[in-house]
Amino acid sequence: MSRTARAAVAAALALPLLAACVPNAQPGAAASSGAPGALTVSSTADACVLSSASAPSGTLTFTVTNDGSDVTEFYLLGEDGLRVVSEVENIGPGLSRDLVVQARPGTYWAACKPGMVGDGIRSEFTVTDSGQDVGPSGDTAEQLQAAEASYVAYVKDQVGALVAGTQEFADAYVAGDDERARELYAPTRVHWERIEPVAESFGDLDPLLDLREADLEDGQEWTGWHLVEKDLWQPEPAANGGEEYTPLTPEQRRAAADAIVANTRTLSEQVTDAAFTFEAFQIANGAKELLDEVATGKVTGEEEIWSHTDLWDFQANVDGARVAFEVLSDVVSAEDPELATTLDQRFRELDDLLAEQGSVEDGFTSYDELTADEVTALAAAVDALSEPLSTLTATVTGA
Amino acid sequence: MTEPAGTSTPAPERRGLSRRALLGIGGGLVVGAAAGAAAGAAATAPGSAPAPTTTPAARTYPFTGPHQAGITTPAQDRLYLAAFDVTTTDRDALVTMLRRWTVMAARMTQGLPAGQFAPAGGPYDAPPDDTGEAADLPPAGLTITFGFGRSLFVDGSGHDRFGLAGRLPAGLVELPHFPADDLDPARSDGDLVVQACADDPQVAVHAIRNLSRAAFGTARIRWTQLGYGRTSSTSTAQRTPRNLFGFKDGTANLKVEEAAAVEEHVWVPARAASEDAADAAWLTGGTYLVARRIRMHIETWDRTSLREQEAVVGRTKGEGAPLSGGTEFSEPDFATTGRGGEPLIAADSHVRLAHPSQNDGVRMLRRGYNFTDGNDALGRLDAGLFFLAFVVDPRTHYIPMQTRLSRQDGLMEYLVHTGSGLFAVPPGVPDGALPTGADGAPVLTTDAPFVGEALFA
Repeated sequence: MSRTARAAVAAALALPLLAACVPNAQPGAAASSGAPGALTVSSTADACVLSSASAPSGTLTFTVTNDGSDVTEFYLLGEDGLRVVSEVENIGPGLSRDLVVQARPGTYWAACKPGMVGDGIRSEFTVTDSGQDVGPSGDTAEQLQAAEASYVAYVKDQVGALVAGTQEFADAYVAGDDERARELYAPTRVHWERIEPVAESFGDLDPLLDLREADLEDGQEWTGWHLVEKDLWQPEPAANGGEEYTPLTPEQRRAAADAIVANTRTLSEQVTDAAFTFEAFQIANGAKELLDEVATGKVTGEEEIWSHTDLWDFQANVDGARVAFEVLSDVVSAEDPELATTLDQRFRELDDLLAEQGSVEDGFTSYDELTADEVTALAAAVDALSEPLSTLTATVTGA
Repeated sequence: MTEPAGTSTPAPERRGLSRRALLGIGGGLVVGAAAGAAAGAAATAPGSAPAPTTTPAARTYPFTGPHQAGITTPAQDRLYLAAFDVTTTDRDALVTMLRRWTVMAARMTQGLPAGQFAPAGGPYDAPPDDTGEAADLPPAGLTITFGFGRSLFVDGSGHDRFGLAGRLPAGLVELPHFPADDLDPARSDGDLVVQACADDPQVAVHAIRNLSRAAFGTARIRWTQLGYGRTSSTSTAQRTPRNLFGFKDGTANLKVEEAAAVEEHVWVPARAASEDAADAAWLTGGTYLVARRIRMHIETWDRTSLREQEAVVGRTKGEGAPLSGGTEFSEPDFATTGRGGEPLIAADSHVRLAHPSQNDGVRMLRRGYNFTDGNDALGRLDAGLFFLAFVVDPRTHYIPMQTRLSRQDGLMEYLVHTGSGLFAVPPGVPDGALPTGADGAPVLTTDAPFVGEALFA
């Protein structure tokens, strides 16, 4: 599970929809070079001072310093003074932050907003034609909206399958049909693992459903899939801290199964709520987080320590990341065709490698039967994909 | 508040003594006899002639004092820490080893060889007293600090190993399992701990190596940890260093200049012993050392946006200022909100959860180091932070905060604790108490005082 995912989502949710802000470089790094695209902005209570009122088209870096005493923001607005081209928010007093933007020739407005209220302190800003190609000029907003709608549909579809599968699994488990429950365990969890960053965005649901025993603190009640996993694949004392494993009683079984079903229903209610949206940057971050999950949990066999069904989760995380990339691929192709090609190829390489171990339909090799070389090869393929995938958010939000 | 002189000021440093100064002259006489080396050393004994160089590398810190060195000493750049298991069942043998360790440490920290003879001296048919790899190196500010683990007092089944069970201080608990702990027993616990810190790694390793040699038959190394790039400053005179996440670490650390705070949060007061059901007065003036080997998933961290990196830490990456504004040493303002009314310093950011204001005002003297122990089988660096903290009582000053961090800290996504130890660190050997030889250097006698003597008294 990922606590940070929640933090990042929460922090980033404060952004307006049209923000096209690129993650910041080290503040001041570009500005000090004196390059034509490097500008400084000083924001105070009553002034917004730019080092220059114009710059040549291309990559511009505004190093925004809050020289006032209130939290401030800086915007680059279109000629109409309404459209937000790019912005940085939440700059505390005394802090500096970089705003990196691909600017096409034209007239803009620069605005500081000390105290985060009002229209801000504005001045006209001109971008001259440097002759440099600054990428597509088409409006990507529609593409992003289509991506978001498409991804939300995917999430609903997966959660629907998860709810149905979970009920079937719970019924088998409560009825004592352990063999059937073991068969259903991994294929059902696939639907969860594909959309895990979405579940994590709902805070408490993730720990309630997916906490591993090692994640518990002393005295904390354990619920969710892994509690049942351990009961279905009961460990020998040597693998259980030297203690004899005590199977759950029928009552405990029912309670554990009911909790999983109920929490999964809650998840379903939340994603089918009309207000549920998942924005482009969240989709892109989610793709990266799914691969992080693979890198730290699945490729090491730590997620499913009793059932060793880690490769199902592995495949599901990769599936979810690929779907996230695919719904965004139009935007990525327009913005950075080389990245699109690289990601496409690396996803294929990783999928090919996973296919050597099986499939969701026919089953996978148990993690404990993988050779060290196979694990190493899988880890290398995950790293090869993760590195370019980590630039997806900046590419999408910069479009 | 009254306090013994020198307790909470930076340990005085002595410049000018170097191994070269001590041994260079004697080295030329080695052919003659071992006595020649000793005479050569005596000619430049501490305090006699000023040494030719006063470089930082030549600095030494006193070994003796009310508290052990290596705690409030300005953090050196390098660490070698070793935990030992005591193999003997003979209490006298253990005491003899501790006495020997004390003298060796007193010598090595002053730039002297571990034993009586120079590394290339002594009887020709005997292995040299000192292993020799530090012979040409300056003292490098070496400090050696000793501590006792819970398992020295009682073994896993509660059996009293050396008649010390009645002296187990209440604070020397078994640390609980913290969420997401993945502790390796081979990197955890131990009966004894020796922390060697120096500005030269070879000097620190030399110290542990020679002490482990003296321990054979009595104790053996259980695990060790090399550290570099101190990750905390313990004095306001030191620049705040960076950890392997690339962030400044230890900005809000307890600094030695804050005398009253050090007294309150680091040294075990006499009051603790009077409140303890056990006979724990031996620890008065000592402290507890918490050691945690925290592996960082640096590969996934490096793929994380600067936005998220700063959000989970709660500080800017460049300056180290809190996200609420100001500069590095500005107090974080947890109430300041930004867009959407969200706090600028997120609820699950590290700086918020670890801040004294969120932890009943408790503070720690952190003295950690970065580590990189090669790589794992998947080609990832086995790297992270070796967390060391000295606290007055781990039950109030470590366990509650770590429980919160392990449960809520956004950084935990990128961390896994792989090793752990808790040790009681006794007070120091008083100034002037160690017997010295003709050359003015500490020598081993059968009744010499030693670190932790009060525990065995």
